[in-house]
Amino acid sequence: MRLTDLPLRQPAYVDLIDWSALTPSEGQRLREFGLCEGASVEALHHGGFLGKGPIACKVGRMTIAMRRAHAAAITVRTGPEMPDMESAA
Amino acid sequence: MSGLPLVALVGNPNAGKSALFNALTGARQKLGNYPGVTVERKAGRLALSDGRPVELVDLPGTYSLDPTSPDEQVTRDVILGKQEGERRPDALVIVVDASNLDNHLRFAIELIALGLPTIVALNMVDLATRDGLELDANILSRELGVPVVSTVAVRKRGLDHLRQELDGLMNGAPRPYTGDAAHDFDKVRGEAQRIARAAIVRETPSRRLTAAVDRVLLHPVAGFIILLALLFVMFQAVFSWASAPADMLEGWVTALGEAVTNTLPPGIVHDFLLQGVVGGVGAVIVFLPQILILFFFILMLEATGYMARAAFIMDALMARVGLSGRAFIPLLSSFACAVPGIMATRTISDPKDRLTTILIAPLMTCSARLPVYGLIISAFIPARTVGWGVGLQGLVMFLLYVFGIVGALVAAWALRLTVTKGQSSGFLMEMPKYQWPRPQDLLIGLWQRAVIFLKRAGTIILFTNIVLWVLMSFPKAPDGVRQSEYSIAGRIAGGINVLVEPIGFNRDISLALLPSMAAREVAVSAIATVYAIDAEDDVEALDKGLGERLQGRWSLATALAFLAWFVFAPQCISTIAVTRRETAGWKWTGFMVGYLFVLAYVAAGLTYWTATALGLA
Repeated sequence: MRLTDLPLRQPAYVDLIDWSALTPSEGQRLREFGLCEGASVEALHHGGFLGKGPIACKVGRMTIAMRRAHAAAITVRTGPEMPDMESAA
Repeated sequence: MSGLPLVALVGNPNAGKSALFNALTGARQKLGNYPGVTVERKAGRLALSDGRPVELVDLPGTYSLDPTSPDEQVTRDVILGKQEGERRPDALVIVVDASNLDNHLRFAIELIALGLPTIVALNMVDLATRDGLELDANILSRELGVPVVSTVAVRKRGLDHLRQELDGLMNGAPRPYTGDAAHDFDKVRGEAQRIARAAIVRETPSRRLTAAVDRVLLHPVAGFIILLALLFVMFQAVFSWASAPADMLEGWVTALGEAVTNTLPPGIVHDFLLQGVVGGVGAVIVFLPQILILFFFILMLEATGYMARAAFIMDALMARVGLSGRAFIPLLSSFACAVPGIMATRTISDPKDRLTTILIAPLMTCSARLPVYGLIISAFIPARTVGWGVGLQGLVMFLLYVFGIVGALVAAWALRLTVTKGQSSGFLMEMPKYQWPRPQDLLIGLWQRAVIFLKRAGTIILFTNIVLWVLMSFPKAPDGVRQSEYSIAGRIAGGINVLVEPIGFNRDISLALLPSMAAREVAVSAIATVYAIDAEDDVEALDKGLGERLQGRWSLATALAFLAWFVFAPQCISTIAVTRRETAGWKWTGFMVGYLFVLAYVAAGLTYWTATALGLA
């Protein structure tokens, strides 16, 4: 499921990030925010009157905001814990 | 200060770096700029525990040593000793947010690997505790291989400890450079997560204040309404809270003028002091309270963490005109002054996004327009309410702000379709935790703004007024001719008047336009000087307030056109200069000045012709 489709406040994990859909500097910033395969993620708020605004989500201990176009490049998986968390880190 | 050892404060954005900097250096800070860029350099002096002074410099927050925007570039260059006009730091204090360790440690590891003497300040431990997080600084210190000090900017103990460690550090030997090892991003991130996990002693789930508040403030509908309400309150407050202190200041200015009259014999020195200095500069000084109230709100919005939420809320709207929510922050700062606003665009990484934001920043109603708006509104708009406790004067003020904002949005949209065409950039931003601002930090911020404003009043505004007074006082007019028209300045104004007469401007305004290029507030002091000179022998006229005198000489249509002009006109040398520096040339600066003057002329004209047609002349 894409991060854009993730229901609000449902804990999930990042499965895959399509880095090619992001510019190099956007990709770098997302990585610096701690976004990587295996990171825990939770959608918190959808901005804009018609839900077309940015998405605020929790990544690890940080809350970050990104546009829907960025969130669409991130595939997430819901579930309690990622089994290969250690190896991903 | 340049002989002192240099210690740099460095860390992620939102690590509480500035509060720590304020707590360590107090109010005696030096604000300046790095040469060639408009990134602000904040430095202060810090006494180590043995009394030795060091210079502490607060570097812009950044996430890594790979910069994506101009201010992050400065941080990297200073740390690597490549920044022009700055020596390489002798030591680093890395500030990390205790409740965001896994993320902030990654950058810390990258910095530690550079081999400079380093201390890690484990900051905001109080907020971490609030979130149910307990950390062991000793484990962290052992794992990182550098001293780690727990700090809370308001508590003295951690700060003393930090000074002690810094003391030891300045005497110690440098550590080896291991920078290459820290270059593998994923490896460092893994290491950071491992250390963070080791340092966390206990983690109890607790009610997260920030999440609860965000549910309201980031709500698609409620959040937007709250933002608008906040801005409305801000602009009402600028008008209503400031009136008492402004009256007080005005009383002092009047008293000073009387003192000049009583002590000096009539003559040229007396006239010069009374009309050129006290009258001119005094007319501007009385707006200090309004400017401070505006800055108080902006500093509050930033310090509480709300500013990032405002950017989030505004992003959808900003995206429609080809900008991002990030541009909202420099634009909101431009309400105080376009110079720091344009400087704040350095956090925008996309060059075209940034250029567009710079080009529209002068359309935000800066505090220098307040004296002009304030004078005209109080003279021509009746002080009555329009219901629900909303004053008509405040409402007109609010509308002027709205015109500036709408003008800016339309301009951004048009620019993005034409001259700054290109793919619109994204919006990626950290939402910091909410926190209550420390009064000291607010006071230091306000103090710095007050000093900047008073320095302006004492230098550029004073100088312009002196030149203007001389140009207006000579040659002396024969009897029956108005001095302001006969003088050199009057003749120059006569030339300008030909251009601006069609849009309803009179000779007083023409006279004020040129000197107000130096700073917009000068328009007020220039008009004050005109009337002071013309009223020289008329004691009764001198006793009248400036507003009262305007009512007799300007029509309402002219006053409104004058207001419309000031919404758009790029009248401030400092803004033009900072734009030139930021856009690295005259091309875009010239473009900005040109399009804004055209807008101002058209807006003033439309206002005047409409008002005249409605019979408001």
